[in-house]
Amino acid sequence: MGMFAVNAFLLLLLAIIAVVALRVHRLFTLVILSGAFSLTAAAQFVVLDAVDVAFTEAAVGAGISTVLALATLSLVPREEKPHAIAPLPAIIAVATGALLMVSIGDLPQFGAADAPVHVHVAPDYISGSAEKIGVPNVVTSVLASYRGYDTLGETVVIFTAAIAVLLILAGWTRAPYRREDEDQNRASTRNIRDKQEDAG
Amino acid sequence: MQDDPVIRVVAKVLIPAIMLFALYVQFHGDYGPGGGFQAGVIFAAALVLNAVVFGLHRARQVWPMRYNLMGVSAGVVLYGGTGVWSMLAGANYLDYFALKADPKAAQHLGILLVEFGVGLTVASVMVALFFAFAGRLTHIRLVAKTAAHEAADTDASREGDAA
Repeated sequence: MGMFAVNAFLLLLLAIIAVVALRVHRLFTLVILSGAFSLTAAAQFVVLDAVDVAFTEAAVGAGISTVLALATLSLVPREEKPHAIAPLPAIIAVATGALLMVSIGDLPQFGAADAPVHVHVAPDYISGSAEKIGVPNVVTSVLASYRGYDTLGETVVIFTAAIAVLLILAGWTRAPYRREDEDQNRASTRNIRDKQEDAG
Repeated sequence: MQDDPVIRVVAKVLIPAIMLFALYVQFHGDYGPGGGFQAGVIFAAALVLNAVVFGLHRARQVWPMRYNLMGVSAGVVLYGGTGVWSMLAGANYLDYFALKADPKAAQHLGILLVEFGVGLTVASVMVALFFAFAGRLTHIRLVAKTAAHEAADTDASREGDAA
């Protein structure tokens, strides 16, 4: 009963935040609401015993994302532009959501030992993490050792994304310096031309 | 915010504690929740707090942008280099068992190295992105100032022509 109350409270809170975020047009409120959504989702992950995921969600979703969005807010207008609801995306979103709700019935019970995900490689990982690798946190041993290639790929994705974002931002912000360079170039060519004309 | 003594003092107390907590999350990830991703973000949060409270300019003096760029690359190189090391030791890429004679110690070493690589990359990326976004405001002011100067220059030269 207690567990049910906690789950119901967190899910209801998530739904309320989502609905309020849809109706709000002030971007600052929207950023704070998305941070609150992430924090509530992190609490939900703790209830589901996924502490590593909860940790990441709280640090990235509620922390750094909110700060980055706030930093971006200083560059954009205060309010969202008013716009009508686009019919096609709305239909696709509602249809996908309805299909997902229907398919919930086919999912195995939460925590069921005979669920497909728990009978494939997971038993090897769980027993091997302690016996072969000697790391008590199974998440870390799967992330860094069993699935080392995936994590390498993720790190390279973060690396590539950062380089791309920094290049986009730097390409714009260098404009004043480039203009100064061009002015200097123009000035120097003018000097050369003047000297040539003088000589001619 | 930079003039508020309460915020300044609290930030000064908090920033080292946040950094220490990030290192704990980084190197205790084998035993408890945590690891490179979370530690990197927490470490970045300390530097972002520094920038928010004491200003972007001073934060960039403490932690120049080139540190971020070096950190972003060094993390990936450390991760990939651990794989190359295991290849040089005669095993497959990222097979940590070859790193040391004792298998569990070898796995510990490998996980520690790659997690530190992840943490380095994530922390540097987060700080770099925050500096880049927050720095845009300064740059936009600079662009506006340059444009205003140029407009003033052309006006002055036109007046000179007229005279």
